[in-house]
Amino acid sequence: MSDFTGGFWSFYISIITIASIIACAVLLQAMSTRKVSGAQAETTGHSWDEDLVELNNPLPRWWIWLFYITILFGLAYLVLYPGLGTFSGSYQWTSIKQYEDEVALAEAQSAPIYEKYSKIDLKQLATDPDALAIGQKLFLNNCAQCHSSDARGGKGYPNLTDRDWIYGGEPETIKASIMDGRKGVMPPWGAMLGDDGVKDVAHYVMSLNGMTFDSLRAARGKEKFMTICVACHGPEGKGNTAIGAANLTKTNLLHGADEPALMETISKGRTSVMPAQKDLLGEARVHILAAYVWSLSNSPGAAAAAAKPGAK
Amino acid sequence: MDKAKIYNYTVVRQFALMTVVWGIVGMLVGVLIAAQLRWPELNFDIPWLSYGRLRPLHTNAVIFAFGGSSLFATSYYVVQRTCHTRLYAGGLAAFTFWGWQAVIVLAAVTLPLGLTSGKEYAELEWPIDILITLVWVSYAIVFFGTIAKRKTPHIYVANWFFGAFILTVAILHLVNSAAVPVSFWKSYSAYAGVQDAMVQWWYGHNAVGFFLTAGFLGMMYYFIPKQAGRPVYSYRLSVVHFWALIFTYMWAGPHHLHYTALPDWAQSLGMVFSLILLAPSWGGMINGMMTLSGAWHKLRQDPILKFLIVSLSFYGMSTFEGPMMSIKTVNALSHYTDWTIGHVHSGALGWVGLVAMGSIYYLIPRLYGRATMYSVPLINMHFWMATIGIVLYIAAMWIAGVMQGLLWRAVSSDGTLTYSFVEVVKYTYPFYTIRLLGGLLYLAGMFVMAYNVWKTVAGQVGVNAPIPAVAAAHA
Repeated sequence: MSDFTGGFWSFYISIITIASIIACAVLLQAMSTRKVSGAQAETTGHSWDEDLVELNNPLPRWWIWLFYITILFGLAYLVLYPGLGTFSGSYQWTSIKQYEDEVALAEAQSAPIYEKYSKIDLKQLATDPDALAIGQKLFLNNCAQCHSSDARGGKGYPNLTDRDWIYGGEPETIKASIMDGRKGVMPPWGAMLGDDGVKDVAHYVMSLNGMTFDSLRAARGKEKFMTICVACHGPEGKGNTAIGAANLTKTNLLHGADEPALMETISKGRTSVMPAQKDLLGEARVHILAAYVWSLSNSPGAAAAAAKPGAK
Repeated sequence: MDKAKIYNYTVVRQFALMTVVWGIVGMLVGVLIAAQLRWPELNFDIPWLSYGRLRPLHTNAVIFAFGGSSLFATSYYVVQRTCHTRLYAGGLAAFTFWGWQAVIVLAAVTLPLGLTSGKEYAELEWPIDILITLVWVSYAIVFFGTIAKRKTPHIYVANWFFGAFILTVAILHLVNSAAVPVSFWKSYSAYAGVQDAMVQWWYGHNAVGFFLTAGFLGMMYYFIPKQAGRPVYSYRLSVVHFWALIFTYMWAGPHHLHYTALPDWAQSLGMVFSLILLAPSWGGMINGMMTLSGAWHKLRQDPILKFLIVSLSFYGMSTFEGPMMSIKTVNALSHYTDWTIGHVHSGALGWVGLVAMGSIYYLIPRLYGRATMYSVPLINMHFWMATIGIVLYIAAMWIAGVMQGLLWRAVSSDGTLTYSFVEVVKYTYPFYTIRLLGGLLYLAGMFVMAYNVWKTVAGQVGVNAPIPAVAAAHA
């Protein structure tokens, strides 16, 4: 056992543990056998502070038995369970084994359910209310922390109930996003553009998404956009789902579409991470989850259910 | 009058009054953070008022400011009177008062600023830890110096407990707070990983065992026989439970780390010794309760005795609950839930709070030359406010805790968790409201106490009782 650097420490732990428990019993035994004469207990004869004295009543019998029972229980426990150094106890119990057994049991019980669903096409699965119920529970326990329990996300966390997708909204694409995760990087341009240049480009973007903008700045910004931003966001600013470049003609941008948010994004860049769930949840669960997420923006029934957070 | 012929009550008076003040401050912060759990907006988006910073301020204020001041006050009073001698090193005793107050004020400033070592109940940063060490060593010199120059042949049982508390807290503080400073307000623990966790909970559990148990048992062993006018029930019982308690507590820390990276063998030892701790803990309760045998009728008229005896009931209840919660299978349900909070508060509000308040009610008139407190009915009123407050608090947290434990572990047939975390938070809200009401009632009781103490003390001059000329004869 790696807990001990040498055989001595296991021996040391065992000896002081057993000696300590026995010492409790010896102390108890020594103090409980002394006889008390007469019906009325006597005082010890000591006194303090004018009137403080002590009787010397015998230990209550029930209390003595309580003490012995806990001592015996303790000794028995240390025979059955790990405790005395490297001695693993006659039950061979370990906390990690208990955990693994419980997980294995739960997996065995639920495996047929997931096996059944994993063979069904995602779009078809999205019409199965039982599968969607499982999907919702998986979502609430694993995804809601960022995407919120109604899946509408928040600043920096995509809304999964609309039809705008950074990486594409086909069921298989959603499944790939969940399985392998995504890492979206917008490089910082502040150093190259300068504060004024950043503001110009921001105003050009605002001209694309229909917000009020300064046309002079937008015109200047367009020139820069067409040399720098165009590579990823395209000449029309519609983005590219293959690399996760945002569609700038929409106002529901992940990091905000108003002037200060855009300027911060352009100037400092953004790094957005969706963690991969492949090794955490496994493909069978991700399959159901992908169908659930897709259903949020594609099936009226499921979308209505998702609008009620906490519904089971 | 010749100082050698009177007891040193000055430092006792100072600590006794500050017990009331810090009680109000600590409990007020507790009520605020209890309200924040129900209405998170109450942090007003001010970092200094955020839950994470105020929670350690609450625990430090009630344990070390309120509890600590009451322990200083009572131990200084008891050790003098049961040793029939004036406190040793009065200058050092005065230093412990001002030093301890400085520690408290520094805690009240640094914790809201976010300066913390991150160790529960030992959050204060290293410069304050050094000041605590200086105060504590002075405390030990004063206390054991007084014991050494005692005029009585035997050391009274209350002093065994006070002595164990002072010695052990010194060791706990020094070992657990060992750290490497990187700047004036930042340090890192001297230990790493699971060893750090083990040292922390060895400290944490023994802070409960020695600061909040042994110290207050010392208080109990003086004020109950005094207030009841009855002899201590059994000397022999006090011997067994004293040695068994202080010995066994030392082992129980690992039960705070069940089902963690701590090796299984260490968890088992923590559990086994926690169970063996039940009888030694109850020994103190039996000895206190049975001291009243033959004088039970006094409980009807004497509210101070009510405080002292009901505190023992809560002590017995918490020290049954603790060993039960240390059993691994029970802990698998209770750990990380509000059950733990309920358990802690049945001990803190019920045992520590009530026994400290009862003792202060006993002390105040005697320190100011009055026969009784300004109003005995107000003591009675305080007693009932506190008791009802505790019951509301702990019942709400028990229900909330068991509910949380059951809902968190509920698994559907498809292997998913049946309830999301946030749903369980939502279900806990009503219990947070009840807990807040209980806490408010307990705090309001403290204001009643403050008023009563103020009316007793105002205009009075402190009185220092004479030391009996000849020590009581040794029969």
